[in-house]
Amino acid sequence: MTYSAAALLGHAILGNKHWPAILNTPDMRSSYDVVIVGGGGHGLATAHYLAANHGITDVAVIEAAWIGGGNTARNTGIVRSDYLLNSSFRLKNFALGLWNDLSRQLNFNLMYEPRGYVDLAHSDDELERFTLRANAMRLRGAEAEILTGDALLARVPQLDLTGEKRFPVIGALAQEAGGVVRHDAVAWGFARSAASAGIHIIQNCPVTGFEITGGRLSAVRTALGRVACTRALITVAGASTALAEMAGLDLPLNSINVQALVTEPVNPVLDAVVNYNAGLCYASQTSKGEFVLGGATDGYTSYARRGNFGKIEDVLARALQIFPFLSRLRLMRHWAGTADITFDGNAIVGRTEVEGLMINAGWGYSGFKATPAAGWCLAELLGTGTLPELLVPFSLNRFETGSEQDDAGAGPYPWLH
Amino acid sequence: MLIPCPFCGHRDQAEFAYGGPARALPELDGQDGTHAWRTALYSGYNPRGPVTELWFHANGCESWIQITRDTVTHRITRSCLANPREREP
Ligand SMILES: Cc1cc2nc3c(=O)[nH]c(=O)nc-3n(C[C@H](O)[C@H](O)[C@H](O)COP(=O)(O)OP(=O)(O)OC[C@H]3O[C@@H](n4cnc5c(N)ncnc54)[C@H](O)[C@@H]3O)c2cc1C
Ligand SMILES: [Zn+2]
Repeated sequence: MTYSAAALLGHAILGNKHWPAILNTPDMRSSYDVVIVGGGGHGLATAHYLAANHGITDVAVIEAAWIGGGNTARNTGIVRSDYLLNSSFRLKNFALGLWNDLSRQLNFNLMYEPRGYVDLAHSDDELERFTLRANAMRLRGAEAEILTGDALLARVPQLDLTGEKRFPVIGALAQEAGGVVRHDAVAWGFARSAASAGIHIIQNCPVTGFEITGGRLSAVRTALGRVACTRALITVAGASTALAEMAGLDLPLNSINVQALVTEPVNPVLDAVVNYNAGLCYASQTSKGEFVLGGATDGYTSYARRGNFGKIEDVLARALQIFPFLSRLRLMRHWAGTADITFDGNAIVGRTEVEGLMINAGWGYSGFKATPAAGWCLAELLGTGTLPELLVPFSLNRFETGSEQDDAGAGPYPWLH
Repeated sequence: MLIPCPFCGHRDQAEFAYGGPARALPELDGQDGTHAWRTALYSGYNPRGPVTELWFHANGCESWIQITRDTVTHRITRSCLANPREREP
């Protein structure tokens, strides 16, 4: 069914008791043209674009648990494209363009709100580097602004720029097209669109292995049986190394906890997403009024999905440095996700040495914003067999050829990113 | 998470800096292909379960220590100084 004002009204009159389920529970077939392993945002977006852009619908998305239970629904929903390197910028800026119109295309309200992303600099040197990044963005056709003094205060009036501070705010890079998207709606919107095109979304079915004959993929093994296929995509975020290992691949990444924290709701005070760089903490206020806070990773390998307390204290201390008024709010919820972080902090997307098997991994804690672009490009790769130009820099073999894509210049270990 | 330092006892994880999995570097001299180097430098040794790894007690005794920790439960089953020559006999 199509969602519309008329549908809303009609169902309201019937007491909202007759809305059809968004997803059906199809029986898994014994073969598909394409199998997508992992029903997170990226896998579901790939399914949607396989149908929408390439007319390929003999596709199964096979998810170990339930769709939108992974990092898709654990992230803080920030979208932006303020990256220095061409590779990161181009893919994420393409995504920003797609987010703009996606609610209409999917007939599903993703609540994309371009409320602006404000990245704070704490020294002249840092502001200089932000200016370089802003200029690089402008040269590539995006808008970006460097704000200082009164202009910055006008943009984010809650900042305190007065007095002596250990980490003063010197200025900021602002990208007004950046903002937030409601993360779980992304999973559901893409899933609904793919399913209505005839794609099978199989939940509660972990993939347990791959059958490879003569270097070519021939089947995917699952808890519900064997599925013959010659094309498949691994897109399982924190479980990437485990799944790749089943296909004999060694991925250069580690799985690391990343946490998010949410306060009680209050009246609207903050419209922008603000990122504080003296240590890492970022804050935004949801439409419900809660403050969503996040920071850097816990910094060591973990599959616990349970954050350590030291990092919570660290993020909260920095949150108070940005906005002291937050001290009066209580935390309501807090959780962690397992992020897959590579040795250069950037994603691995494209072919593997197994013919027919594609990989999409290493998005760490910044892959939500890229969801539609990754899905678009991976659908093109799976559908046509040609590697889209946007994906070329993200190849798995870059660690062998020395073309790492370290945006932050943080260094060659996953736990530094 | 409390990390047992052989020198200082159980201390909060926030006092330590992470040094990654403890593993022997493969022989690299005379290797001409890039694959051995790639594996040595970029192998994401990432098990679900026990891993032996290095931590630096930065805000403490400044020792490099080696612990065996389960990456799912965070249970630590072994701890010693990283340098074998500094360990108790
Ligand atoms: C706390 C936190 C905050 C973040 N904040 C942001 C942000 O503000 N902006 C941003 O851009 N990014 C952010 N991210 C990163 C972003 O969430 C991820 O990069 C992105 O969601 C990963 O892609 P995905 O949605 O497909 O992953 P997931 O939703 O994790 O999907 C992977 C799926 O694979 C499934 N799977 C695992 N093993 C198997 C198996 N054996 N068989 C079948 N399926 C399997 C899992 O169950 C899971 O559903 C954040 C991440 C975290 C943890
Ligand atoms: Zn010590």
